[in-house]
Amino acid sequence: MAGLRLEGLRITRAGVPLVALEAEIAPGEVLSVMGPSGSGKSTLLSAIMGTLAPSFAMTGLVWLDGCEITRQPPEARRVGILYQEELLFPHLSVGGNLAFGLPRAVRGRAARAARVAAALAEVGLAGFADRDPATLSGGQKARVALMRMLLAEPLALLLDEPFSRLDAGLRAQVREMVFARARARGLPVLLVTHDAADAAAAGGCVVELG
Amino acid sequence: MRPLRGAPLLTLLVLLGPVTAGLVGTLAPALGVFPALGGRALSLAPMAALAAWPGLPGAVMLSVGVGLAATVVSLAIVVLFVAGWQGTRAMAGLEQALAPLLSVPHAAAAFGLAFLIAPSGWIARALSPWATGWERPPDLLIVQDPLGLAMVAGLVVKEVPFLLLMTLAALPQVRPAQRMGVARALGYGPVTGWLKAVFPCVYAQIRLPVYAVLAYSMSVVDVAIILGPGTPPPLSVQVVRWMADPDLTLRFQAAAGAVLQLALVIGALGLWRLGEVVLGRLGRVWAEAGARRQGDGVLRLAGLGLAMLATGAVIAGLAGLGLWSVAGLWPFPEAWPETVSARSWLRHGPGLLAPGLETLWIAGAATALALALVLACLEAEHRFGLVPGARSLWLLYLPLLVPQVAFLPGLQGFALMLGVDMGRGAVILGHLVFVLPYVFLSLAAPWRAWDMRYASVAAALGAGRGRVFRQVRLPMLLAPVLTAAAVGFAVSVGQYLPTLLIGGGRVQTLTTEAVALAAGGDRRAIAVTALAQTLVGMAGFALALAAPRILWANRRGLRAG
Repeated sequence: MAGLRLEGLRITRAGVPLVALEAEIAPGEVLSVMGPSGSGKSTLLSAIMGTLAPSFAMTGLVWLDGCEITRQPPEARRVGILYQEELLFPHLSVGGNLAFGLPRAVRGRAARAARVAAALAEVGLAGFADRDPATLSGGQKARVALMRMLLAEPLALLLDEPFSRLDAGLRAQVREMVFARARARGLPVLLVTHDAADAAAAGGCVVELG
Repeated sequence: MRPLRGAPLLTLLVLLGPVTAGLVGTLAPALGVFPALGGRALSLAPMAALAAWPGLPGAVMLSVGVGLAATVVSLAIVVLFVAGWQGTRAMAGLEQALAPLLSVPHAAAAFGLAFLIAPSGWIARALSPWATGWERPPDLLIVQDPLGLAMVAGLVVKEVPFLLLMTLAALPQVRPAQRMGVARALGYGPVTGWLKAVFPCVYAQIRLPVYAVLAYSMSVVDVAIILGPGTPPPLSVQVVRWMADPDLTLRFQAAAGAVLQLALVIGALGLWRLGEVVLGRLGRVWAEAGARRQGDGVLRLAGLGLAMLATGAVIAGLAGLGLWSVAGLWPFPEAWPETVSARSWLRHGPGLLAPGLETLWIAGAATALALALVLACLEAEHRFGLVPGARSLWLLYLPLLVPQVAFLPGLQGFALMLGVDMGRGAVILGHLVFVLPYVFLSLAAPWRAWDMRYASVAAALGAGRGRVFRQVRLPMLLAPVLTAAAVGFAVSVGQYLPTLLIGGGRVQTLTTEAVALAAGGDRRAIAVTALAQTLVGMAGFALALAAPRILWANRRGLRAG
């Protein structure tokens, strides 16, 4: 029962149905959800994360690795997300951003710094720990955002059009990096996008919304 | 987090509790009920005594006239200026000066203005004797003139920055650039087009601040003591005089006056609302009549000139205070003092240490409490998905709409009845009533505009709501939080009546000291005290601007916003 399962998920706003989805994503697999803007793609992700605004109502269940997480607070769900913008915390250094995601279980300043350094080295950013995130290039920011999320050891990864702001060359590169890392860690991935190329690159099933 | 859920209610209580209690405590003695002073039955005697006061018609006329005039003039200056100069460099320049201008206490600005326009003031000196022929100060009643014109001017120079700030905050929501693009393309001049296409929607947003200006200008006490006429004074000043009288039976009369003041403010607000409706109708007719340019060039220049005059008066006034504070011998009509020395500071400075510390204590505590309550409210709004309606904005403005002089005497009356000693703690709570709305108003917009996805990312990284608040949202919003704190601090520093009435005359701040000096006319003492008051208020803004720059010196992403 590993993986992410959406069981009869239905989201309504003021009684009006918005999204309905039944899905099962196995570890290392990608499900692409496509649809025009306004079709409720981001709302779907909020529902899985547990950050749905109070004006929405949701029925159905979310299962992650055999546990039902529908009622859990967002911080306890271990569902990672990457948005269109990197949303690096501007008041923390690059290393600080990564350390924010690192679980408390990694104890000791030196051990935490070592994990951060290793994560940066893994994506070719060795020595960037003390940098101001605002000084990074778009591709570098995307890599930091990904590693920050992976350091938090999520059990699933949600992608909210994370490649759409990158230019064509960078786009393929970042996309490949994200999918490869997710596959390597055996994460079920839910990608929402309006770009067929993203969905094609993901290589999994595609669901149309709206 | 259960306690957080109660934050909005607690805030409302802190805000409206004193106002309501104070109003009841004022109304009762106005109707003859004040057991501590022997008033045990309803009676119209206090009202009759008030009506028998020969100065009443004059005091009422002053209150209403000064209030309406100051509001109309302030609003007109702001509207003309913004209409003519929206999006220009002149506007950006004035925006820069807004924060320091706003932090200048009313009393200090009034003293500065008095030092400028008095017969022996800087303007007369600059023109004498070569232009005026005056070898000694002319015998003219410019400051404290019977019509209250000096008082109107003193209010206008402080209300223009306030209304300008409120207008600039409201502007982006009505997308003025697009509207003006359409209006200009249809052949409208900049001012005419702005007045017809943008102003109606902006006004709908700044209505409450305008009401607050009207209520404040009608009932202000410190500015009236410094710049207003003395016999009769505006009604609010007379109420305070009766309150301070050793003859305690005059408290009944004072309460009756306070109730009348409240009625006058309500009446004037009603009149203003009526004016809004009538002008709105006429404005629609005017807009539909299609005139493209109506004196645009002249109006544009007038807007700039008046706005510059208003801000220039505050700055020149402060400069005048600065000069007087270091002036040695300075005979009329010399424009500059003959000698300059630190003597006034050395003489009056040490005596200001104690009231200065008291000011810091009160302002610091009131601001800290206000900030804690506002942050709790905003966080509760976020966590529980509360949607504040238009009514909550009205409640927030209520302490700014009910005249201070109408409810503070009531609070003092309660203290007298209960035999409670109203010390610093009570004064802090009194200041909180006025500090809180300003802190809320200045923090709410940037707090709510924060990108909520940062919270989602942090939650996905395993951070609970408390950690998101402390480690992500608060640090990212440090600059607006500190700015709001500085606004609250400056508001507290400038408070006169709450300190005087709640403190029962025993709590002395720089503001009560400065206003107390008004009657004496010792210019050097006034200058030193008013400047000390201004410096304390501005220090808060300086800190609020400097701290994020130092803390986030290495964080480019936080310096733009």
